[in-house]
Amino acid sequence: MPALSIAAATAFALAAPAHAKTIVVASGDGAQSRLQEALIVAEPGDVVELAAGRFVLTDGLSLDVKGVTVRGAGMDATVLDFTGQKGAGEGLLVTSDEVTLRDFAVENTKGDGIKSKGADNIVYYRVRVTWTGGPKETNGAYGIYPVSSTGVLVDGCKVSGASDAGIYVGQSKAITVRYNFVEQSVAGIEIENSRDALVTGNMVTRNTGGILIFDLPNLPVMGGGNTIIEDNMVVANDTPNFAPKGNIVAGVPRGTGVMVMANDGVLVRSNTIADNPTAQVLVVAYPQPFTDKTYNPLPRNVIVAGNRFSGGGNEPQLPGGDMLKAAFGGRLPDVIWDGIGKPPIANDPLPILSLGAPGPGVGMAEAKPALLNLIPPPSITIPVGVGAPAALDARARP
Amino acid sequence: MRLLAAALLLAGAAVAAAQTPRALPVNAAAIVAEGFPKQLSEYGFFSDPAAQLPAPGVTPYRLNTPLWSDGSEKLRFVYVPQGAKALADGEGLLRYPVGSALIKTFKLEGRLIETRVLLHRADGWLALPYQWNAEQTDAKLVLAGARLDARTPAGEAISYAIPNKNQCKECHASGGEVTPIGPKARNLSAQWLANFAKAGKLDHAPKIARRLPLWEDRAKVPVADAARAYLDVNCAHCHGSNGAASNSGLFLAWEVTDPVMLGIGKRPVAAGRGSGGLDFDIVPGQPKQSILYHRMNSLEGGVSMPEVGRASLDRDGLAIIHAWIRGLR
Repeated sequence: MPALSIAAATAFALAAPAHAKTIVVASGDGAQSRLQEALIVAEPGDVVELAAGRFVLTDGLSLDVKGVTVRGAGMDATVLDFTGQKGAGEGLLVTSDEVTLRDFAVENTKGDGIKSKGADNIVYYRVRVTWTGGPKETNGAYGIYPVSSTGVLVDGCKVSGASDAGIYVGQSKAITVRYNFVEQSVAGIEIENSRDALVTGNMVTRNTGGILIFDLPNLPVMGGGNTIIEDNMVVANDTPNFAPKGNIVAGVPRGTGVMVMANDGVLVRSNTIADNPTAQVLVVAYPQPFTDKTYNPLPRNVIVAGNRFSGGGNEPQLPGGDMLKAAFGGRLPDVIWDGIGKPPIANDPLPILSLGAPGPGVGMAEAKPALLNLIPPPSITIPVGVGAPAALDARARP
Repeated sequence: MRLLAAALLLAGAAVAAAQTPRALPVNAAAIVAEGFPKQLSEYGFFSDPAAQLPAPGVTPYRLNTPLWSDGSEKLRFVYVPQGAKALADGEGLLRYPVGSALIKTFKLEGRLIETRVLLHRADGWLALPYQWNAEQTDAKLVLAGARLDARTPAGEAISYAIPNKNQCKECHASGGEVTPIGPKARNLSAQWLANFAKAGKLDHAPKIARRLPLWEDRAKVPVADAARAYLDVNCAHCHGSNGAASNSGLFLAWEVTDPVMLGIGKRPVAAGRGSGGLDFDIVPGQPKQSILYHRMNSLEGGVSMPEVGRASLDRDGLAIIHAWIRGLR
């Protein structure tokens, strides 16, 4: 243990300004104001160290100083408890660049767990966000929520119970989401209106949907894509959808493994995708009417290759799902496409079920399902240049 | 109405105070020096703090339509350093020179609760919150904010939150930098602007094509004007393309004309349970089916909007928004 601390301190010292200091904050009386004050008076390079213990908090916390590390004694040892939260939208809000959040937990926030907005080169490392009462509509929306940022690394985190997405990265670029465990959330991991994302080595299970790659209209940043989803375990995502109606994820069928909506250039490769009862992989156009002329609702250049599939497709929550299931002998094919735009590209000899929807935003009433025999295209463009800047790795070490 | 009368009286008093020979000038150094003054009295903004009588060079003002904060009475003042001038910038924010300060005191139940200051330093604006003492003689810096039990003018018992320094910035931010938000020329009276210019504190009184209406006149003006003024003042500092809620794509400023940006037929993005099970921010003709109205009408953390700055419902504001949405086609 001492050896580890020294190693971490040394690694930190290399990157930190000369006068960087550590501000230690303990739990107990006045934790709210002591911790918030530490987050305000910290200077670039400082470490705000959260001692082991349960911090009982009444209001959301925020950090607006560049280059600060907030470090606890471990995701099970240091707990920021927002069960009695009275105000503010989220547990912790970060609005400055080059921040590292590590080794602590956030529990039972009224809104989102941890949000970082306009916070470039942020690292979330071994952070836990939990709603302790299990999946509930009254839980906060997002567990870990970086948005409007360039350079995002979410590594080794654990989220449970988010009523929208456990890990949600929105309107951002240069993103790595790796080695996380997300369960009992509506979406496990969601990458939305973002580019250059790498989602790898994660375990997503018991969510409504495992990994979602979405692009939505009427937002300041659109045109999501150039994303790789590889080497993940996407297993038994079978929790009934508990998202409040009105949110886009409320339309995700229970039992969706990987779902791609709109986006240009998504590679789904070498994942283990098992026992997701609606669709192991679902590729669709944006289903709602929209007026935004700059928005493309179609999925383009979606590649599904070299995944290990087993089970799944046996309880499809799709229009006409029961009839389809019977027609296919008890379970649907692993890859399902709504039939709008061009089909996903599969290099493997994979049957793809097209639902044959007539067009975006017109519903499934006129759908004409069919099994496709794909002809691999002459050339495939693989996403390149994905992931967070390598410099962030140094801040994600034990 | 009483509030307005009080504000006007105070505006009159300010002129008198400015000419009182024994009043001390503002401590201009405290505004621009590094660090965070611990006590409000260090600035010398008031010749009589308990009575909120401003010191020489400190000018009271009011906004046509103000931000609502649990019905608290607000006393607003501006200080421009000796020999300097603010510059008018069309209908938008007056551009105050370095060394200026904006001061806002909150009163509830006849007592001074807090004073928030915005200081224009060489490296930008800085927002700091001060909490008044029980004796009402001075206010102390509360960087981390504070909570206190209070009662609103409507008689509701609330846990009143004084914002922490970061929360000040959550609203007072544009593209990540701290900025004033209230005193835009279009939300100030022509008379005040003319007086301020005449006093040599403003380069000129700008021409305003479309001024925000006086909030107390809301029943006499087109409901859209009152509602859009309310949204501009209460929401648009976050719900704008440079604000804290920019990623929502819901933009509520006075000058926005795109119906979807305003929320009409717009689906929520990251509302979570804030959606209340509703599909659109605004459904024309149906306020109760509109997420915007639903969130204004809630006191629940994670649902209620604005996220900070209120612990009770603004019934007058709700009524205007209700009437506006009901009349939309």
